[in-house]
Amino acid sequence: MDFSVIIDNLGYFTWGAYPDGPLGGAALTLLLSLLSGVAAGVLGLAWGIALVVSRGWLRWVLVGVLGFLRAIPVLMLMFWAYFLLPILFHVDVPALATVVCALSLIGGAYLAHGVAAGIGSLPAGQWAAAKALGLRPGQVLRLVILPQALPIMLPSFLNQWVSLIKDTSLAYVIGVGELSYVATQVSNRVMVHPVQIFLFVALVYFLFCSALQWLAHRLARRVPSRSHR
Amino acid sequence: MIEFENVSKHYGTFKVLDGCTTRVAKGEVVVVCGPSGSGKSTLIKLVNGLEPYDGGRLTVAGIDPGARGTDLPALRARVGMLFQHFELFPHLSVLANLTLAQEKVLKRSAVDARQRALALLDRVGLAAHAHKYPAQLSGGQQQRVAIARALTLDPLCMLFDEPTSALDPEMVQEVLDVMVELARDGMTMLCVTHEMGFARKVADRILFMDQGQILEDCSAEAFFGDLGQRSPRAQAFLSRILAH
Repeated sequence: MDFSVIIDNLGYFTWGAYPDGPLGGAALTLLLSLLSGVAAGVLGLAWGIALVVSRGWLRWVLVGVLGFLRAIPVLMLMFWAYFLLPILFHVDVPALATVVCALSLIGGAYLAHGVAAGIGSLPAGQWAAAKALGLRPGQVLRLVILPQALPIMLPSFLNQWVSLIKDTSLAYVIGVGELSYVATQVSNRVMVHPVQIFLFVALVYFLFCSALQWLAHRLARRVPSRSHR
Repeated sequence: MIEFENVSKHYGTFKVLDGCTTRVAKGEVVVVCGPSGSGKSTLIKLVNGLEPYDGGRLTVAGIDPGARGTDLPALRARVGMLFQHFELFPHLSVLANLTLAQEKVLKRSAVDARQRALALLDRVGLAAHAHKYPAQLSGGQQQRVAIARALTLDPLCMLFDEPTSALDPEMVQEVLDVMVELARDGMTMLCVTHEMGFARKVADRILFMDQGQILEDCSAEAFFGDLGQRSPRAQAFLSRILAH
């Protein structure tokens, strides 16, 4: 098989038109993943904690919103934000921001329940003991609960981040020039090497996801989980 | 120090505590006993506000843990509490377990906190284990660390919620020994326990609870001395517990 099409377009696959045009290709995929991964993590943590500490109607509103976000496809959220918001509210939404928002909202909603479950898996006595020492609610969470719950949550964060990296490819439907988009462009231009091109694209996604997994493994080893009793 | 006046608590329509009245004076050791579900754990959890109450009045060193404006964290910092399952923080070393609240609650310097922690670990006979993690210690050792942890805050009084009931039999004594020593040093203690030997040895008073009520509130001598004077439910309970 002739892979020269990859070599010839390597720069474009990697950076897109940058520095003459906007950043694209694998670099943009990485950037989108990083931004939405961090934002999803922060949202997931905040919502998960809110799920644990909120009571009454506030909690039901939260459960409702999270349920809604988990039930709609990422693609639809991107479409709505990108095409519907300008029509309804006459605001111009930048494509990149749309993608990052959609991915982090939905990723965060998925993570929230993982976070809540991780926190819930700790024995109630840990809360009681931390409170009994006079720690304030924020300190109880930050100093006692989260340091124990985060390692428990790591696998669900990892799952979410891996699927998020792959979901960045959906950005191509609103014309964001990330890896899948530029690959389709090149494929359409040269016409004859789709197998090589999309094998290469698969390899890049595989490398990104594996690198993340490797990082998470190293992190997990640095924070050895200690049995509670 | 601790005064209960006709205190009640409900879970829905179920009365967990029903008109409890008693007081614990400074330096007094009071043992609470009774069958499971009698409300004894709930009673002591009211003292540091881990559980709210809904009737009567409770004051701890003059402060009402149920009052709206009460700074509960500040009150809890003055009341030590021990748990059935120790509840050391497993992600922190023994030393860090003992310095955490000193630094974050009392704002002591790291150096002072460490010094105090090591002195107390020495007092419970575990100075050599300062850098271990809780999971590396036996149950008895963990509970002694938990006692030292509570003492780091120089509490006015201490609450014990069945501190030996999760321990293997051979480890019960080492924990009781530390508690006896505390009692002899004049610590005000409110202990939920089934260890009648401990009660007989150090308790000034015994409370017997059943179905949310304090049925007996008398000196340890009276409680163990003349069983015939006790309520039938207390007699039944004692005969079961003293049988072994």
